[in-house]
Amino acid sequence: MTGLAGDGLQIAIPQGALFEGCLDLLDALGMDTSGLRSDSRKLLYEGEPFSVVTMRPSDVPTYVEHGTADLGIVGKDVLAEYNPRVYELLDLGFGACRMVFATPAEHDHARQAQRRLGEMRVATKYPRTTAAYFERTGRQVEVIEVRGSVEIAPLVGLAEGLVDLVATGRTLEENGLVVREEIATCTARLIANEVSHKLKGGAIDAICASARAWTGGEHGAS
Amino acid sequence: MIHPIPPGTRDILPEEKLELRDLGEKLLGAFAQFGYREVATPTMEYEGVLERGDEWAAGASYRLFDEQGQVLVLRPDMTIPIARMAALRYVDAPPPLRFCYLALAYRSVQPRRGQQREFLQAGVELIGVPGLAGDAEVIAALCQALDAAGLGEFRIGVGDGTLYSSLARGLGVEAEPLLEKLAERDFVGLERVLGDLEIPAGQARALAEIPRLRGGPDVFEAALELGGEGRIDEAIARLRELNDLLGDYGVADRVIFDLGLLRELGYYTGAIFEVYDPAFGFTLGGGGRYDDLLGRFGKPGPAVGFALLVERLHIALAEEHEETLEGEAELREGVLVVGGLDRDVELARRLRERGLTVDAVLAGTPDPRGLARDRGLRHVVTATGSARATYEVVSGERDPSIEAAIEL
Repeated sequence: MTGLAGDGLQIAIPQGALFEGCLDLLDALGMDTSGLRSDSRKLLYEGEPFSVVTMRPSDVPTYVEHGTADLGIVGKDVLAEYNPRVYELLDLGFGACRMVFATPAEHDHARQAQRRLGEMRVATKYPRTTAAYFERTGRQVEVIEVRGSVEIAPLVGLAEGLVDLVATGRTLEENGLVVREEIATCTARLIANEVSHKLKGGAIDAICASARAWTGGEHGAS
Repeated sequence: MIHPIPPGTRDILPEEKLELRDLGEKLLGAFAQFGYREVATPTMEYEGVLERGDEWAAGASYRLFDEQGQVLVLRPDMTIPIARMAALRYVDAPPPLRFCYLALAYRSVQPRRGQQREFLQAGVELIGVPGLAGDAEVIAALCQALDAAGLGEFRIGVGDGTLYSSLARGLGVEAEPLLEKLAERDFVGLERVLGDLEIPAGQARALAEIPRLRGGPDVFEAALELGGEGRIDEAIARLRELNDLLGDYGVADRVIFDLGLLRELGYYTGAIFEVYDPAFGFTLGGGGRYDDLLGRFGKPGPAVGFALLVERLHIALAEEHEETLEGEAELREGVLVVGGLDRDVELARRLRERGLTVDAVLAGTPDPRGLARDRGLRHVVTATGSARATYEVVSGERDPSIEAAIEL
């Protein structure tokens, strides 16, 4: 059994936008990433000094929280949304995105809905982050959770606006949406299981130190 | 028909219950070796009374009203009730007082395996022994209990709840915002807050790196080097002395000193500890020193204790002995007696008198062998009324005392 019970370390990394950055970091940590970079459907790569398992981003905190992965790399957006009971050890500096509130460039009904109906509807994949943001900034909203392509929501009238993670901004632009408010900047973070953090402290600190050095170099400290 | 039970509660069926009882007895047995005596306190207490111990009543979540409209809560832990009990019933008793317990407690947590809303705790409270002498005994008792339970690979994380605030104060920095980040386990946030403060780099480094130090006694030197003007000499000296005492107890190698350790409950005033095992991704329990608590109930005095989450311990044990989860459960030394309820009650009686566990069923019950296997019984005796009863084993050796009982 890998994870806590094994001697080595198991790291969970997210598929998708952060994957390439993770591979570059793993290279710097001395892992042979050729298997991961290949077209293989394999999800678990066992090896020394650590094993890597790939998964969808929102699952990384779950595996790390339960200890089946000792470490994980995950975006701050996911961490803020799920608030897992894990140690957040390092800002890895890559994968920078902005969490924003956006509405249609033309036909923007958000303000009117807020004033005349008391609340506006906001579609999002991040319901907790969204609710917390609007509460913090004093506005009543209805949060409508959608699972994908949140840009459609304001275009077809499901909501007046959306909260989503934005990288280049192209998707919003192409769908006639404009960023109205910036909520947070999210980068990739290194997280650790609370028990692994103690029982495999030496190995984890070593990885943290190497990762910090790598972050300070190519990608710049943030 | 489905009969739901509240989320976070469970029915515990015989096989699991037997294992939990066995585990509980081993833990209490270990506590007894250190002189701890088992007590029980009410499951429901007055909210107002528990709040004397801690303003949030230590996170009590379930409230009821009695016939006078008084608010009662289901106890969220045993430490505050035992403090109340000691202050009330042991006013003039000479120290030390040693109490232990195996009891259910209640919190409205997010239910998951090993984290229920109604959960079983095993723990001790040592009252009247101040400082390291008390801390060391309690940690040693904890190790003894985990050994008795059969957990091979555990470690105890030990920290000092006052260390970081002393460090911050010594450096002239407000501790609250930093402690908040530490409590959230957010080292990135901690560094960010430190970055926003206008303090010398050495101080920022101390505040960022000292809480990351964990391991053996070598962390003490490292902390002192980083600490500079921060007032951590006392806390470090205490931890060093604790380490020596733990060596005398023979448990120093089980301890990981963790200078960033924080516990969630608000009443800890000194040493704090947590239990870890590589077979389980969450802590198995914890505790610490709480010298202010008894005073709040009118009998000031030092106290230290810990609580183990028995269900988590059980899971960790099962995972550690992974191979026992595969395959079939072992069969017990018990006898299924077909006809033991009606055709030949005397036979069942004779078997019981020989100290055997007897599971009696009606004569003519089909598939006795399969039934015995299901119930985890190794032997099957079938009463025939007139002729001698028949005896077969489901597995393993025949038992001569069963043979003898059948002869009569």
